[in-house]
Amino acid sequence: MKKTLLAVLVALVPLCAETIVIQNATVMTVGSKGTFKGSVVVKDGKIAELGEKVMVPAGATVIDAGGQYLIPGIIDCHSHIAGDGGINEGSVSVSSMVNIKDIINPDDIAIYRALAGGVTTANILHGSANSIGGQTLPLKMRWGKSAEELIFVGATPGIKFALGENPKRAGNPVGGRGAATPVAARYPATRMGVEDVIREAFNDAHTYKAEWDAYDAKVAHGEHPIAPRVDLKLQALKEVLENKRYVHVHCYRADEILMMIRAAEDSGFKVRVFQHVLEGYKVAKEIAAHGAGASTFSDWWAYKIEAIDAIPFNATLMMKKGIVVSLNSDDAELMRHLNTEAGKAIKYGGATETEALAMVTLNPAKQLGIDKTVGSIEVGKDADMVLYDSFPLSDFAKVEKVLIDGTVYFDRDKELVAQTAKEAEKKRLLEKEKAAQQKSTPARRPNQ
Amino acid sequence: MKKLLFSTFLVLSVSAIAEVPSAVAIRNAKIVTVSGPVIAKGTVVLRNGLIEAVGENVTVPADAWVVDGEGITVYPGLIDGLSTVGTGGGAPAAAGGGGRGGRGAATAATAGQAAAAERSWGPEDRPQTTSWVLAADEIVAGDGRVNTVRGAGFTTTVTFPTRGIFGGQGSIIDLVSGEKPAEMILVPEAGQYIALGRAGGGGGGGGGGGGFPSSLMGIISYVRQIYLDADHYQKVKEAYAKDPRGMQRPEYDRALEGVLASKRILLPANRLVEIDRMLRFGAELKQPMILYGARDSYLPEAASLLKKANATVLLSLKWPTPPARQPDGEEPTDTLRALEQRDKAPTAPAVLQKAGVKFALYSDGLDAPRDFQRAVKKALDNGLSREDALRALTLSPAEIYGVADRVGSIEKGKIANLVLTKGDIFEDRTTVVMVFVDGKKYTPAETAAPGGRGGPATDEPGNPGGNR
Repeated sequence: MKKTLLAVLVALVPLCAETIVIQNATVMTVGSKGTFKGSVVVKDGKIAELGEKVMVPAGATVIDAGGQYLIPGIIDCHSHIAGDGGINEGSVSVSSMVNIKDIINPDDIAIYRALAGGVTTANILHGSANSIGGQTLPLKMRWGKSAEELIFVGATPGIKFALGENPKRAGNPVGGRGAATPVAARYPATRMGVEDVIREAFNDAHTYKAEWDAYDAKVAHGEHPIAPRVDLKLQALKEVLENKRYVHVHCYRADEILMMIRAAEDSGFKVRVFQHVLEGYKVAKEIAAHGAGASTFSDWWAYKIEAIDAIPFNATLMMKKGIVVSLNSDDAELMRHLNTEAGKAIKYGGATETEALAMVTLNPAKQLGIDKTVGSIEVGKDADMVLYDSFPLSDFAKVEKVLIDGTVYFDRDKELVAQTAKEAEKKRLLEKEKAAQQKSTPARRPNQ
Repeated sequence: MKKLLFSTFLVLSVSAIAEVPSAVAIRNAKIVTVSGPVIAKGTVVLRNGLIEAVGENVTVPADAWVVDGEGITVYPGLIDGLSTVGTGGGAPAAAGGGGRGGRGAATAATAGQAAAAERSWGPEDRPQTTSWVLAADEIVAGDGRVNTVRGAGFTTTVTFPTRGIFGGQGSIIDLVSGEKPAEMILVPEAGQYIALGRAGGGGGGGGGGGGFPSSLMGIISYVRQIYLDADHYQKVKEAYAKDPRGMQRPEYDRALEGVLASKRILLPANRLVEIDRMLRFGAELKQPMILYGARDSYLPEAASLLKKANATVLLSLKWPTPPARQPDGEEPTDTLRALEQRDKAPTAPAVLQKAGVKFALYSDGLDAPRDFQRAVKKALDNGLSREDALRALTLSPAEIYGVADRVGSIEKGKIANLVLTKGDIFEDRTTVVMVFVDGKKYTPAETAAPGGRGGPATDEPGNPGGNR
């Protein structure tokens, strides 16, 4: 028994990147090759070749995907999985000193579930409790690897901002939304206050930056002054000013989106992505002019007052105004079927299949600045791909295999086999424990 | 004076009596020196609180009181590498004030407890920090737990102030029942105790009064900022000391003083991900560190990470236990991972030993001798040799804290901390016959109360006082 389990577990460990050829699939590249029936060759973790006919390298593993669909790995631009000990540092209105990178939990089962839903990359964001939240970063869903190995190498890190109801906490005198325990109320309590907090923070960041710039200049002149104090809070905002850190803004209403654009332009930085942005369709032109992306829900709204005035056409309307639009989950469950979320963009607003699919692949890649390596099936890009048993934008599509960097991290067949073995192992351990307990305490057993 | 002495004796006479002859010779005993080979039949001579001689052919001095060691084994006194024994009451939270849901800080009176007071608005408020506190200054005479753990064979503990995030510095103490706490102090500065599981409003018994930090990432960023500040503070202070003219004086910061005075830090890590995280974090902070907890170190990945990092580990003896049965009698649901963990956790000492990781075992609040013995026995049943178990509770913790030149083994010139047992020290039915601490003899209570079983291990190591 134990041996079988071991064998199964060994089989489950993702195979090292090998040469793989996926044949006879309908390949939806979301890239220059459009959609075609044929093969993809994966070598050294990258996509090496695609076409209707390819040469199968000697020794390659061939996956016959007849009748199946291959798409780029799904990218979720807004997720809160894989974190330890809370995703909100809700005690203060500016918590830019905290970093999701410090609390990555590679053991979170939500990673595996997301993977099984076709997600290969997720942008792990701080929560929305604060006007300026914590530092964030995208992870690849390399289930089984260590925290460090999940990090998307080369991606620009981000920071979370939040506007509206959550950071102002209307009607919540003790505050602490998202905090482990309620804490004393804090400024701000209004939308005006939220704007003020952001502007003030960047005033401080400019002062801090000037201090460091002066120091750096002195050092460049060969002087040896004492370095200024490193302030982790302002350091992150300095990086925003230097374009080294992307700003993701949680927002709903048109007015607050416009406010944010003004505040950002006055303070000398750019919003990279407006998150949720349910009223984005009202101010799409302004968002496009600012150069920000928009990451929204397909058809989820009215869960609070500021989310009332939303429409399912939001994504396609913004897209048509020239905004790079993605659909995100913000939720460990929704994350598992982002493919059908994308499908809704066809129903509401008439996106093409490729445009819809791009909203959960290439567009979030662009928003996160990682589209050079992921987001579409192109020669030279990372071999992050999902194999579905049927048309992927359909409710009935099932994920068969998920590859990240050319390694199979999820395989439906193997998973099903492993489940039986795991159940058996669980039963064995439970019985072993029970036996040990009865041995150590024979006297006191609860009579049935 | 005499009265005080008398009353002290009265308190102690129930379970332990210290007698102080000028010299003691234990002869014809089996002596397990730990540092050298076992002496099948030999003599140990103690004088003035030190080991004067040990060996097979040692002459018993004329003035010595003699203990007939026939059928007795002599071990070095056990060392508990992470404890709160000696601080009184066994409840660190009692000293911390504030406490669970307590908004007012009326109980936080003395300087050492001030951190509990106000809502913190950021790292600059130095939340939940009493880094300047020394356990040595908080040791109280007559802590009942001293008696209890001595009954299990402990003669030395490394006792920490465990409130808040930066609890303060631990001190190495000898478990004598004196009238002056100062007699107990072996080394006042043993390292800074850091806890990471006490977010916000004092939930973990550490006080705190709410506010920043309220999450794990908040706590981590706070600890990081403190070390950045300490580095900056030191540089500014040095510059000022060199030439104060024309320079604004650096503001005194006791939190940073406490951090700078600590020569090592203790960081908590139970799960594999925490071990990985803290190894990286410790390296980033550039501080010599000890990881405590280490529950998942039975995993080969964890052991190899620890080995690769050349880490020092304090491994908790509080093995994970099954969750309590639900009131309706329903079986608690367990994940496969939790089951594996409970099955394998007691193999951790053997795994670390095999991997060559520097480690010591600590009791983690398992005060009652029977509970402690049972826990060590479990490690023995899971592959740890008796010699290695003994070392992990004597010489190894002594080495970890840099005091192997005075405690941890039976050698000439070392402090006279000994345990005399009938039977092997970690056997279920073993009786501890006598304990010598600083050469003073104590007789443990006849039957140590079985005591409550140790509570279930949590993900958060720490709070070894067991008041959770």
